[in-house]
Amino acid sequence: MAKEKNIMEKIAHANQSVTKGIDPKDVKHWAKIYIMGKVYEVPADLTIMQAMEYAGYRFIHSCGCRAGFCGACSTIYRMKGEYKLQTAMACQTRVECGMYLVQLPFSPAEKPIYSVTKEPYEGNSFLKYFPEIARCVSCNTCTKACPQDLEVMDYVQAALRGDFQRVAELSFDCIQCGMCALRCPAEIVQYNVSQFGRVMYGRNGFPENKALKKVVKATEKGEYKKDFKNLLGLNMKQSKEAYKKQQATKAKFLKGGKK
Amino acid sequence: MKKIPYYPGCTLKTTGKNFEDSAIATAKVLGLKLLEIDRWNCCGTVTSLTQDDLIHHIASVRNFIRVQEMNERGEVDDYRLLTLCSMCYNTLKSVSNVMQERPDDLDKINNFMDREEDYKGGVTVVHLLELIREMGFDEIKSKVKKSLGKLKVSPYYGCTLLRPKEVALDDPEVPTIMEDLLNAIGVDVIDSPKKSMCCGSYQTVRNPKTVVRLGYEIIESARKRGAEALVTSCPLCAFNLDDRQKEIKLEHPDFERMPVFYFTQLTALAFGLKKDVNNFDLNFTDPRPLLKKKKI
Ligand code: SF4
Ligand code: SF4
Ligand code: FES
Repeated sequence: MAKEKNIMEKIAHANQSVTKGIDPKDVKHWAKIYIMGKVYEVPADLTIMQAMEYAGYRFIHSCGCRAGFCGACSTIYRMKGEYKLQTAMACQTRVECGMYLVQLPFSPAEKPIYSVTKEPYEGNSFLKYFPEIARCVSCNTCTKACPQDLEVMDYVQAALRGDFQRVAELSFDCIQCGMCALRCPAEIVQYNVSQFGRVMYGRNGFPENKALKKVVKATEKGEYKKDFKNLLGLNMKQSKEAYKKQQATKAKFLKGGKK
Repeated sequence: MKKIPYYPGCTLKTTGKNFEDSAIATAKVLGLKLLEIDRWNCCGTVTSLTQDDLIHHIASVRNFIRVQEMNERGEVDDYRLLTLCSMCYNTLKSVSNVMQERPDDLDKINNFMDREEDYKGGVTVVHLLELIREMGFDEIKSKVKKSLGKLKVSPYYGCTLLRPKEVALDDPEVPTIMEDLLNAIGVDVIDSPKKSMCCGSYQTVRNPKTVVRLGYEIIESARKRGAEALVTSCPLCAFNLDDRQKEIKLEHPDFERMPVFYFTQLTALAFGLKKDVNNFDLNFTDPRPLLKKKKI
């Protein structure tokens, strides 16, 4: 029982808003935003996510890493007086006065099942699993919707002509937030298309890195164990020294000097 | 070498690589450098015949903007956009015409594409066959190094080079442009009355039986007049007339397979270019036994 209570306390703690304890007296600038149509005054230096928490929302979804990586916090908004519908990751974007916003909890999409090991590395595979990419009208709406600023239309086009490398390179920073898919008039699920492109390219097209192979082998053999043990044993001052030394070597290496 | 903006289209980058490579090599002999436009997008493949269906014109207009940009940067010597695939030719040219005729619609499209520079109009679309005609068939003749005289080939136009008449690159009823080219490179040209009959086009997806029937008619009509091979400029016609021969054979057991060339594969042969530009591996019916028989 005691243990269970402990867990519940931990969860309660983790669920606390990061904005808890802000004293309105300390806030210099306020922003007026509209969450699902309802107006709120929030401290102007908060992110959308923090602002919603400040306003009293508690996230049980639409929030994950809080660091711009997981793609859970997709938000759409319009600014007062503008026609453009904009998108953002709530955890990465500051609130602005006059934002009308709502979060999109989920993008419904079915992912086709394929075997990365068995699927032939042929251009036409894209059309086999995602025949709807042929419906793309090049409206560029997906690109405009992407909070990661990716050239989404260009990677859909690359998929259409079977160019795995271009798909992989253009979509590398996709966080699968689903915004593009929700806006596409051709009902394409871009992020599934590009994920297919990346795994296929990673397995079949990406040039093998010999150095990496060597390091993995050495790691498996335990060659770095001693170094790691030493590192973990350093005190604060020593680790700062070690870090500085490592950065200096790296800078020298990047400049083209010796390793 | 004259530099012209070039639109490859999706198929030429995959199953139609034999067409692209042989065309680029052919053009080079003729003093033309095909500069692939960057960030091109699929033309949309089929023109929307609904006049106010503007969203389906956007794809082509974007490609015209690329041509405009290449000209502004001074990278090319031509305001025309060159295509090889007949389908792309048809779609791009139709849209180019519509945009020329309907400035209001162009305005609307420009307004919609708020992240592109405006398309100012004026980009026209040409097919490689038209450029060749422009140079003059005598010029072609002068480049021929290898005789293809024994090869009996029938040109197949299909629909998209000839219809509707606003986009036709030749007389839609009595086209001669392919015959003229084939004559210039010394091929024995066989005329066939079915040379501009539809091959079934997209019916190949939903209704392959129709395509098999049409293919059989087209091939046999040419064969009856002595043809040993067909020649085309369309990857979809090539697929329907060539790959579907497997199904024709199932329905007509005596049917003999007939190779289908891209016209640029024949020019590449006649100009004596390196064999690999023709990628004959990608032709569904291997034409090499026929070429060997004819000692080409
Ligand atoms: S490509 Fe689509 S799913 Fe990926 S980050 Fe951009 S909008 Fe989100
Ligand atoms: S939104 Fe859809 S149709 Fe428009 S460019 Fe992107 S993928 Fe193509
Ligand atoms: S919470 Fe993960 S990206 Fe915003």
